[in-house]
Amino acid sequence: MLKQLALLSMFIIAPAGVSLAQLPLGEASSAQEGLDIGVSSNEIAITSDFRGADLTVFGAITNADDLLLAIGQYDIIVTLEGPRDYATVRRKERVLGIWINTESMTFEQVPESYSIASTRQLDDETQLTALDNIGVGIEHLPLNPTGYIRDVGQLSEFREAYRRLKLSGGLYQKETSGVRFVSSSLFRASLRLPANVPDGVHIVRAYLFKGGTQVTQREIPLRVVKTGLEQAITDAAHDRPLAYGAFCVLIAMLTGWGASLVFRKD
Amino acid sequence: MNIFIILGMGAAVGFLSGMFGVGGGFLITPLLIFYNIPPVVAVATGANQVVASSVSGAITHFRRGTLDMKLGTILLIGGLVGATVGVWIFSWLRSIGQLDLFISLLYVVLLSTIGVLMLQESVRAMRKAKLNQPLPLKRPGQHNWVHRLPLKMRFKKSKIYLSAIPVVMLGFFIGILTSIMGVGGGFIMVPAMIYLLRIPTNVVVGTSLFQIIFVTAYTTMVQAATNYSVDIVLAFILMVAGVIGAQYGVRVGQKLRGEQLRALLALLVLAVGIRLAIGLFIRPEDLYSVAVGGIGY
Repeated sequence: MLKQLALLSMFIIAPAGVSLAQLPLGEASSAQEGLDIGVSSNEIAITSDFRGADLTVFGAITNADDLLLAIGQYDIIVTLEGPRDYATVRRKERVLGIWINTESMTFEQVPESYSIASTRQLDDETQLTALDNIGVGIEHLPLNPTGYIRDVGQLSEFREAYRRLKLSGGLYQKETSGVRFVSSSLFRASLRLPANVPDGVHIVRAYLFKGGTQVTQREIPLRVVKTGLEQAITDAAHDRPLAYGAFCVLIAMLTGWGASLVFRKD
Repeated sequence: MNIFIILGMGAAVGFLSGMFGVGGGFLITPLLIFYNIPPVVAVATGANQVVASSVSGAITHFRRGTLDMKLGTILLIGGLVGATVGVWIFSWLRSIGQLDLFISLLYVVLLSTIGVLMLQESVRAMRKAKLNQPLPLKRPGQHNWVHRLPLKMRFKKSKIYLSAIPVVMLGFFIGILTSIMGVGGGFIMVPAMIYLLRIPTNVVVGTSLFQIIFVTAYTTMVQAATNYSVDIVLAFILMVAGVIGAQYGVRVGQKLRGEQLRALLALLVLAVGIRLAIGLFIRPEDLYSVAVGGIGY
């Protein structure tokens, strides 16, 4: 009896829920909104005195509904995602008085750096669910552990520690008012690249939300390259490690030999 | 990273190494770690720096004829095998996240042991000197268990007849220390050669330097190839500052008295060891840490 009642109520509630969610979407617009973005430069050079940089992303909403624009129903999120790699989080514990790494967890393919800017603080329920689904935002990035996990209960602790450490280290950044409308449908986003930004191909992504639901997204690549001597050394160390090692030894031998010549006591 | 701090560090350690006649690798690596250089880089770069500081010393000994090539080569064979095993241990410790801890622990044990032994010895010597007693010359007995081992070889330059086994073993042990700690290992090798192997003192330093050059050079290559952790810019600054500092150190060292000098070095070694030990016992600011890369990196 009770089961039947529950089942019945689900049928009544379900269609109502769907129509409610569709309400802000369906009625107002006839054409689908679009998004265009451009970046001030598509390559960032890291010199030896690099202290971080600001990246400006310009964009426009096309086919926007004027009324929805006016009442601020559109939200823009712009992210800058660094190259992806595995990340290992370790936790120390006191063993015989000494602090030792005991537990560890490895997350698969997470961005090494991540910067996010949005039009406002994203906090309503539908929006948060949407962000979770597409994995956008520092709190919503999927952190999937790999390998053997001793204790699943610790998963959330390790995820929280990862986010905290990345934020405090400056590699992950968020600016809840980093996107500003410069005219009714034109916007400008500023993203911060930290001084220790990893080199490689980064991706700028812009997402358009209407009333908490994602409408469309755009992405463009951004290359971060080390220049000059720094790059030459880093490249050599990684691409030709043996030759690089031999070079290091040669330099050392020459320095030592040179010193014995210069300071020779005869 | 401030270039002047690195220069100063290199010059100071070079000065001390010239003054006390030590390689300085066992001071450079902990100093780099104190300066927040990752231990992985500090160790590999330290090994590279030791190549430079030992080359100039070895050249001098070669000219004077105080270098036993044959003995050095046998030490070197053990050293190369040891360094290979050491780099393997190093990479494995790194993959399980225990490398930093292990390096610190090794340094604490080694530095405090050597510091205490040196301090005891020099204080005893100073006391004797004050009482105006002649220092009893330690005459090592002609034979010990080492000399009963098989595979004996004749080393002409050193004028000894010695089994190759303990020589290879010593080289092997020092090789492991070189690759894990970024040191030449002279501060262990020299006493071991004198007191354990009974090798005449005049060839000991030159011969150990010969072994150190090639083992540290080999370690630099292998570290560069497996861990990409040799920083040539950092190493070069340290080298240049080090060799210059050493020249002044030698001059000052000649004016000071031996016992006092050794007591000073002992105190310095102890201080570095204690500073590292404190780091192991105090609660870290954050119990968690993040490293790029997955299992096995």
